[in-house]
Amino acid sequence: MEPFLTILLIFMIIGSIIAIETKNLLSSVISCGVIGFSVSIAFLMLGAPDIAITQVVVAILILVILIRATITIDNTSIEAHWDTFAVVSSLIFFGLFLVFAFLAVQDLPRFGEPLMRVSKEYLATGPEKTGAANVVTSIILDFRGYDTLGEATVLFTSIVGAFVILRRRGRKRRTEEDTEKVGILMDKEIREDFEEFRE
Amino acid sequence: MATKPDLVSSESPKGMTQIVKTVVRFVMGIIFMFGCYIIVYGHLTPGGGFAGGVILACAYVILTLAFGKELSLGKMSDMACSILDNTCALLFVLVPLGGLFFGYFFLNYLGKGQLFHLFSAGTIPIYNIIIGLKVTSSLFAIFMALSIFGRFISKLVDEEEE
Repeated sequence: MEPFLTILLIFMIIGSIIAIETKNLLSSVISCGVIGFSVSIAFLMLGAPDIAITQVVVAILILVILIRATITIDNTSIEAHWDTFAVVSSLIFFGLFLVFAFLAVQDLPRFGEPLMRVSKEYLATGPEKTGAANVVTSIILDFRGYDTLGEATVLFTSIVGAFVILRRRGRKRRTEEDTEKVGILMDKEIREDFEEFRE
Repeated sequence: MATKPDLVSSESPKGMTQIVKTVVRFVMGIIFMFGCYIIVYGHLTPGGGFAGGVILACAYVILTLAFGKELSLGKMSDMACSILDNTCALLFVLVPLGGLFFGYFFLNYLGKGQLFHLFSAGTIPIYNIIIGLKVTSSLFAIFMALSIFGRFISKLVDEEEE
């Protein structure tokens, strides 16, 4: 199994390098999709079908949304520029990250030999305690319910924030007065009354 | 779809070509059913609320791409998305709060049932359905906000000003 995983990882690295380096935004988005599908195949080979399903579906949706958002922009290519300071500083930080990652990874358990202290208990008693045949669901929604609640809160907050930002741009262009009063959205009748009052 | 036959017909100028519309009309129900299956059987087979919700959101996205924005906005407007999202976020706190009557927060207080049966595992299928509806509405709202509000509403506003 490990040689296939290595090939997939190399494939993903090549795809991400292409996604960063290419000039065309559309091919960059498609390279991101390649990475997403490779990650899903890797999850499937590691025996995690739940996450593989989620990953493949999210990759499809993100690809559609990004292509839909990218094609509408007239300028689909980026100009290349060489910034010496950015390259040198990112190389230094990458080297520091490699050093600390090498120190930190030595304490981790080896690949394929996980520590089974907590998960052994979940695997043994999960079906009896929760009644769910899918152990992953029983852990996500019963043993670690607080985590899922936090996840749902994060999703809710991000969606609300994105919705507010994207909708206000559409509404703010109505009048000159609205652009002056940042954050105040007036109804049509109130605005007419306001204009009469000003006159 | 029967309520708005002018938008669904292949001769309608909105949306993509007739080939895409015909294929989408065949595939649409299967995608929707598969998403519902992934959500409802989340405690028995791989999948769950999040994956099934994204599949349902993909179904709405396909509908939007093939038939134009009027059909999908008639099926699920932005206000309906907001209400569904907020209701599910509230329900996901209220259903675990019911566990306080029996012991502690997030207690699985419904009957466990038999293993491998559809109606089993107490509150876990309810959580799955709530999360699925929430993910569907919020991801479709994001798709609409990025693809429709960003372009069309500003265009509409410009037309109003002229």
